[in-house]
Amino acid sequence: MSILVGKNTRVVGQGITGNFGRLHALKNIEYGTNYVAAVTPGKGGQQFEDKLPIFNSVHDAVKNEGANTSVIFVPPPFAADGILEAIDAGIELIICITEGIPVRDMAVVKDALKKSNTRLIGPNCPGIMTPGECNIGIMPSYIAKPGKVGVVSRSGTLTYEAVYQLTVRGHGQSTCIGIGGDPINGTSHTDAVRMFNEDPETEAIIMIGEIGGTAEEEAAEYIKNNVKKPVAAFIAGTTAPPGRRMGHAGAIVSGSSGAASSKIAALEAAGIAVAPTPSDIADTLLKIYS
Amino acid sequence: MNIHEFQAKQLFADYGIPTVKGVAARSTDAFDDAIASIQSELIVVKSQIHAGGRGKGTFKDGYKGGVKVCKTKEEAKEAATRMLGNTLVTHQTGPEGREVKTVYFNEACSIKKEYYLAITLDRATSKAVIIASTEGGVDIETVAEETPEKIIKIFIDPATGIMPFHKRTIGFGLGLSDKESFKQLSKLLDGLYRFYWEKDASMVEINPLITTDEGALIALDAKVGFDSNALFRNPDILALRDLDEEDPKEIEAGKHGLSYIALDGNIACLVNGAGLAMATMDIIKHFGGSPANFLDVGGGASEAAVTEAFKIILSDPNVEGILVNIFGGIMSCKVIANGIVGAAKNVDINVPLVVRLEGNEVEEGKEILKNSNLPITPADDLSDAAKKVVEEVANKA
Repeated sequence: MSILVGKNTRVVGQGITGNFGRLHALKNIEYGTNYVAAVTPGKGGQQFEDKLPIFNSVHDAVKNEGANTSVIFVPPPFAADGILEAIDAGIELIICITEGIPVRDMAVVKDALKKSNTRLIGPNCPGIMTPGECNIGIMPSYIAKPGKVGVVSRSGTLTYEAVYQLTVRGHGQSTCIGIGGDPINGTSHTDAVRMFNEDPETEAIIMIGEIGGTAEEEAAEYIKNNVKKPVAAFIAGTTAPPGRRMGHAGAIVSGSSGAASSKIAALEAAGIAVAPTPSDIADTLLKIYS
Repeated sequence: MNIHEFQAKQLFADYGIPTVKGVAARSTDAFDDAIASIQSELIVVKSQIHAGGRGKGTFKDGYKGGVKVCKTKEEAKEAATRMLGNTLVTHQTGPEGREVKTVYFNEACSIKKEYYLAITLDRATSKAVIIASTEGGVDIETVAEETPEKIIKIFIDPATGIMPFHKRTIGFGLGLSDKESFKQLSKLLDGLYRFYWEKDASMVEINPLITTDEGALIALDAKVGFDSNALFRNPDILALRDLDEEDPKEIEAGKHGLSYIALDGNIACLVNGAGLAMATMDIIKHFGGSPANFLDVGGGASEAAVTEAFKIILSDPNVEGILVNIFGGIMSCKVIANGIVGAAKNVDINVPLVVRLEGNEVEEGKEILKNSNLPITPADDLSDAAKKVVEEVANKA
């Protein structure tokens, strides 16, 4: 078992006829992920790599192929439109890989999400993977193996770091979720932790955060009150100067808000084991979970 | 992306937000004409840099105050002459300060009361938040900390935009609820929100917003930042970018699709992924070193981009060691290895170089580095790499 994605997932790829999307969609398909359609407006009726029918709209992909999950590789100026189209078509889960979507567009998307039953992961994220079953996005699948640890992170490469550390120590993962580095995202740390907590097959959780916003503090509060499973965490950006965007649009310390120190303090106050360095993420969990 | 106060006020004018008359000058030749156009008795002379705290700042030559209220035209010219080309240090610039390349002359006006008004994104609700306070002209963070009851926060639904009830809440909260004041406030709030929304601002701040003795509501200062991800659809805003306010290394990095931020340490790092790049800085510090930069080469960085990354890192004279940390998820370690070898051919890497490669095609990557006969210290994992680079730099010193 796992959360959000698995054997019943039927993926439509939006914008996978571009080079970057194609590369990763093909890797996902090779891994065994059930892609059922592609959507590229204007290319409807064609085939994607002789594997999938291409449609002009997400609605057509849902109607004809029963797609229930969408992965979006659409360029930033058009990505919000792509997300809104998928919401309108009744897609249950959207994974948006695109980096660089304007905040204003995401404010509109967030509003539409609240009025729908759709869940969005990302944007500006590496995607979601249930090892052995399904990989949607750009995570390297070879670093993962099926298991019982749920991993959630705002950062792509730090996710890989944690997953790889677990795998080489013999521990697999139930699901790995990259929730993305933007200031507005669809799924929060708290959402992911809640799902892992409710998933009977997930026994322990790794949560990786970074400077900016207060999502980690909110998750800490949730964990303190609700989660009995062992949780380890790491927060990146202790040395980041205030007022500067550290690569990710959302990674910025604004005034007194969003600093790594306050996040680490909140996590520790909630009884969460916080890794002192990014090299110790798996070991920190394995001290409290075996 | 940030802009100067004088640019922000020009944009404010387009949105019907009242400001005092002001003229910007970039050279001493332009001072006389600029000063002549100011009608008020007092003249306010303001240094234009992308940092707050200008009024309380000090110039490197000891001249105090980046904002001056002058009684005569001569005094204004004298103040402007002292400011232009001088380096202003404020609590926001860091000790290196910023060179003043533009001086802004403003008409003075009477101040009856100062207020604070800003719009920014509230990340917790994913909505725009209007922040208003009767405590204007002071540091709003301090107000929020010490007297949070004096901060009014109004969250705006993106579907409706700003509504009359929002404006009434702010009007009553600020004591600007009489008919004439509220009329002005209402128009100003409409303009400010429309500006925030249409121009993809990340923050607009008026501190202080003032009422004059005559009852006029005026934005006396203006601080505006924009969402860099939305500049593609705001070419008029992009045209206001002042490259003089940015680190040349950061500008160069941007041209090559690299994300670089200069810091004040001596150990440079070159990493793929923003989170891992931050974590690499942190681990250098953890083992007693000091990071010289943040540098994310991204997921799809080419060999050429990696070479450029090395050039940028090495153009920082403080750099005494380099840590390359690559988790090749998407990116093949071969690309990085070839980039390092290529860079070494073009750039003289004369400081210790520790490389940690992991992930996609790692063995091939390590092999390329080994066969290059470059003086590279390989590392097993990130801790090992950080320890080694800190040690090598310490040994060399």
